[in-house]
Amino acid sequence: MRSYDIVVIGGGPAGLAAAKSAYENGCHSVLLIERETRLGGILNQCIHNGFGLAHFGEELTGPEYAYRAMVELQETASGVEILLDTFVMEITPDKTIYAMNKKDGYFEISAKAIILAMGCREKARGALAIPGTRPAGVMTAGLAQHYVNIDGYMVGRKVVILGSGDIGLIMARRMVLEGARVLACIEIAPQPGGLARNITQCLEDYGIPLYLRQTVTAIHGKERLTGITVSEVDENYTPIPGTEREIECDTLLLSCGLIPENELSRKAGLVIDPKTGGPFASGSLETSVPGIFACGNVLHVHDLADNVTKEAIEAGRAAALFVGGEKKTTSKEAIDNPKVFPRKVVKPVEETKPETSDDGAYGVRRMTCIICPRGCQLSVVLSDPPVVSGNSCPRGEEYAIAEVTHPMRTLTTTIRVRYEDGHIGRISVKSKGEIPKEKLFELAAKIHHTILDAPVQVGDEVLPGVLATSAT
Amino acid sequence: MKYDIVIVGAGVVGTSIAYSLIPYDVSVLLLDKNNDVAMGATRANSAIIHAGYDPRPGTLMARLNVEGNRLCEKLCSDLSVPFKRCGSLVLAFSEEEKSTLQELFERGVKNGVPDLRILDAAELRKLEPEIGEEAVAALYAPSAGIVNPWELCLAQAEVFVRNGGIFESNAEVTGIVQEKDTYIIETSKGTFEASIVILACGIQADTVHGLIAKPDFQIVPTRGEYFLLDKSEGGKVSHVIFQCPNELGKGVLVAPTVHGNMICGPTSEVLKEDIEDTATTSAKLAEIKSKAARSVGNISWRDNVRNFSGIRANSTADDFIIREIPGNKGIFEAAGIKSPGLASSPAIGPYMVELLKSNGVVLTEKKVGYDMTRKKIHFRDMSNEERAKLVASDPAYGRIVCRCEGVTEGEIRDALESPIPPCSLDAVKRRAGTGMGRCQGGFCGPRIVEMMIAQSESSACPCGSKKLPPTYLSILQDAEGSNLFFTRQTEVES
Repeated sequence: MRSYDIVVIGGGPAGLAAAKSAYENGCHSVLLIERETRLGGILNQCIHNGFGLAHFGEELTGPEYAYRAMVELQETASGVEILLDTFVMEITPDKTIYAMNKKDGYFEISAKAIILAMGCREKARGALAIPGTRPAGVMTAGLAQHYVNIDGYMVGRKVVILGSGDIGLIMARRMVLEGARVLACIEIAPQPGGLARNITQCLEDYGIPLYLRQTVTAIHGKERLTGITVSEVDENYTPIPGTEREIECDTLLLSCGLIPENELSRKAGLVIDPKTGGPFASGSLETSVPGIFACGNVLHVHDLADNVTKEAIEAGRAAALFVGGEKKTTSKEAIDNPKVFPRKVVKPVEETKPETSDDGAYGVRRMTCIICPRGCQLSVVLSDPPVVSGNSCPRGEEYAIAEVTHPMRTLTTTIRVRYEDGHIGRISVKSKGEIPKEKLFELAAKIHHTILDAPVQVGDEVLPGVLATSAT
Repeated sequence: MKYDIVIVGAGVVGTSIAYSLIPYDVSVLLLDKNNDVAMGATRANSAIIHAGYDPRPGTLMARLNVEGNRLCEKLCSDLSVPFKRCGSLVLAFSEEEKSTLQELFERGVKNGVPDLRILDAAELRKLEPEIGEEAVAALYAPSAGIVNPWELCLAQAEVFVRNGGIFESNAEVTGIVQEKDTYIIETSKGTFEASIVILACGIQADTVHGLIAKPDFQIVPTRGEYFLLDKSEGGKVSHVIFQCPNELGKGVLVAPTVHGNMICGPTSEVLKEDIEDTATTSAKLAEIKSKAARSVGNISWRDNVRNFSGIRANSTADDFIIREIPGNKGIFEAAGIKSPGLASSPAIGPYMVELLKSNGVVLTEKKVGYDMTRKKIHFRDMSNEERAKLVASDPAYGRIVCRCEGVTEGEIRDALESPIPPCSLDAVKRRAGTGMGRCQGGFCGPRIVEMMIAQSESSACPCGSKKLPPTYLSILQDAEGSNLFFTRQTEVES
């Protein structure tokens, strides 16, 4: 049986950072197990920007964030062993891991400590119990994201998004850029679930209406989706009879929440916190089974990858200390004094009405700053020059002034690549810096009509003003 | 070519008949209007092999139910189909209902159901600790079981095809004409000829019968809705839990499934307009929740994986209709196969064979060898040692594709290469068990699509001479027309 001091399960942002941190904190027997054939986890399909401001100090796309995290791991923790395309079947409370892959077959690994970093999954239609028929065209936003961004398949033409989680908002914009019509985003709660900046840059930018306090109460169509029934809901989220309306569409994307993926954890005997859906964890991120740590979305669902990385660094350190014998814990700590994770504070959307400056001379525009995930609510007095308030940093002021004079956006999309053997694949790209908002579709069309020749590296300028964010 | 026998309908009844004909020296064609077998009631039902105390003594239903139940275990073992003789309990919630239990008990004894017992409240709770507070007694039938119904159907069809039988999908029968000793079967896929026709048409039984003669029965298509809950709920009950039929209706069942989930349902609603409308409704789903809560109090509905509905082929007759159609020599039917149709199905095939013989159809045993068994790998159900051995012998089993259900790439490859190749994601699901879990194909979907495309590029289309375009545009979710993807309008194909 192979044995390691620390085994990290999952090679997304949490696992990458945890492995690196464990290694840097003195544990040099670390194995990272990833079920896919490449590292990066779900970041690989999140081709949009908005990652990395906190951890890397600059705005990155998902694939770039994953790439940076991998480079960091290789540079500073090159001794970490990595097993790709390997699936963990079971973890026992005594920290034996049953795993398998095509090369090594079915095998056992023993570990002194385990760091769980398996991430989360999306709530599917079943969890929402939406009545109606079962046609093709109803899928989670993340599945659509995989089909569109990784495989290059178009999943719909007339799209409705149910739920306003970030993946749904991001996919609304993505589908529009791919030529689909996104008819509505429907949210059962009185406020959107995703970040304020995504409401601005994914819905408002493209004129997609957001309907709050409404939900889908029936699905129609036999083979392919033909439409949905939407109803208003009361304060208990119960549909109000008589408020039904029909929307004709061929695709319904579900973005109704994420669930930590803890099937392995349950088998290992970890006590699960019903509030977060993840295991109870102590202040040092140790679960109810001594020596098993957890971090990232397997522990609780995070808003930002940067926060996952930060938490994973802590978990890696704690696991290294545990292996080094410096910290003894009891399983009771996770249960008796569990770490409490901050819950996202969501503010109800305020009605915006036309306003004027105090002296009445100029109009005022209110907007959400999209520069960082904080999403400051800005006011701009439309004088010359405009006067900005509500911002927390100078970049907010720059953004607001640009927004009222010449709005700018970053374009993220995918591009086809022809490999040496002739087959066509796809990599992700972004505009080099921001471009005028009205030029988004023009650049997107240019990118869509291009086929690159492999090889392409991350950062290559593949077209004038277009940078590759993933590699062939 | 003229076949000796054409079977119309590839549900669990039609395939049981096809399977039962394997030992005989006859050419058999199995037709279905859908793009796969098991596309009607077989794919959406309670998946219960009833013990046989429900049907009225002396009926064909009573006889075939008890006989089918008895045959099921060996059949499933021969075919590598998941089956578990888990036993069933009918709950009584009041003293009056206790007398219903007594009636059922006596009926069951008359029907020949083995080992029936009435349990008091204490015995019941010992057997099923999570049972609802109101239950005061139960009828215990240890012989009842659970099965994977579509896999039972599929396995019989596969073995039928492997032994030389022909299966034609997408062939909806539009006319049956007699010419001397030959029946000409007109279908949406062309014309077929046969000496003998056997109809096993589920909810279309009266319509297809009507192509030959005015039916003396009517199908009453009855929709039942269900919840299928996550494996986290699967261990809550270990028996099939029924409720007593009462003035409020039949009640709903709560049962484990062979996949380790929990199933709750069905409701009962006669379909008047669209007899194939398998939608679910908020009213009926709410009804299941409230009724099931009487049987098992603490079901976590949050852990719902899927809602679905199935349509039972109830009929105006009070028994199964299995016969040669009067006045139409050579045309047989198995119609009105309502509950307990699934449980009876293993006995319906052999019964039909006997019926053919007694009506003068010459069935001689094959001289060449035949094999009535099927071996299938269910990786999930293997021990660690067996898994290690299997992966060592074939690395394709070393990669998990469907993580919720633990289905390997090797099993999906086996499905794609099976005797009746799947032509949709759901057809792969029926063969390999992928996408049945909590993520409902959210993670494995793209991987399976990739494998399907690779497969269609490497081989000609199995369903006809026309080769499928090797493109993602042809990938179906389920039935014809359920295409998953559209062309990208933003790209100019080069």
